[in-house]
Amino acid sequence: MDLISDIPAIYWIILAGAAATYATRFGGYLVVSRFENIPPRINAALDAVPAAVLTTLVAPALLSLGWAEAVTLCLAGVVALRFSLSVTLVAGGAAIILLRALSG
Amino acid sequence: MPMISADFRHGMRDSVPVMIGVAPFGLLFGALAVENGMGIVEATLMSALIFGGASQMVGIDLFGTQIAPWMIVLSIFAVNFRHVLYSASLGPKLVRYTGLQKAVAFFFLTDVHYSAAERRHELGQSFGFGWYMGLTIPLYILWVGETIVGGLFGRLITNPEAFGMDMLLPVYFLGIVMGFRRRRNWLPVVIASGLASTLAYGTIGSPWHVSIGAIAGVAFAALIAGDQPVTEPEANETEEIT
Repeated sequence: MDLISDIPAIYWIILAGAAATYATRFGGYLVVSRFENIPPRINAALDAVPAAVLTTLVAPALLSLGWAEAVTLCLAGVVALRFSLSVTLVAGGAAIILLRALSG
Repeated sequence: MPMISADFRHGMRDSVPVMIGVAPFGLLFGALAVENGMGIVEATLMSALIFGGASQMVGIDLFGTQIAPWMIVLSIFAVNFRHVLYSASLGPKLVRYTGLQKAVAFFFLTDVHYSAAERRHELGQSFGFGWYMGLTIPLYILWVGETIVGGLFGRLITNPEAFGMDMLLPVYFLGIVMGFRRRRNWLPVVIASGLASTLAYGTIGSPWHVSIGAIAGVAFAALIAGDQPVTEPEANETEEIT
């Protein structure tokens, strides 16, 4: 037990995170190979998971940081409508550097 | 070496455009991991074992806070949950794979693998295990290698605000959320989880806004979905294989 508690928490986070990730990558096939159909509501809920989780990481930054950060996120959102993720990231990075320089 | 086949070379060819798109994020992950107090060894292990960009970003983002370890694992699981759909859709099409080959293929299954395999399926081209590994191996080497390079480079950056690096994660997540916009009920889900997470952030506080916001969005999606099956979004539109 001493050996186990000596291992830093980050290693347990990585190992458990890897196991959980592998479970998602294998799990869908395991479930589908046993059942005929997924109920529409469950399917809709699963479909919504990534957008729901990632939105929670953006929304507080949009509303609780300064105006430069809010403008950057709005601009990045518009850029993302037309361009790739890489272009969006470059545009967002350029915007925040410029806006912070302007706001002194 | 049955893997060095035409199939394998086709996989490697398919990996080229993907690597160009993925390259900045491997470096970004390594740099931000070190920025958030993680060692290069730990960051590299994370890239090698999880091999999922968005979930690793979430992991290091939360690692920089005082959040409980199980919450970080749960968040990684939540962000990677979409792979359940990929696995469910792609798995039955891997008819020529042995059990062991499926087990290996699922370890590396990402958005990129899913979309590339679906594209070949659409075009009537084969996507055997050789092709799959031809796509995977260059990407995996790039991703893990860049974590080390990014980690070393990140240590040279002493003032991340000057480079706007602290805002890159929110912009990156926003870009991914925008990429989902053609999914059904995308806007209601984003509004529901956005409002719930902001409200939770202002009242209960971080890190609970992540779980509360996500649950609100997912529950709302289930609530407004009808009981009748609808046309699937592009991410899993070829499900008529059953």
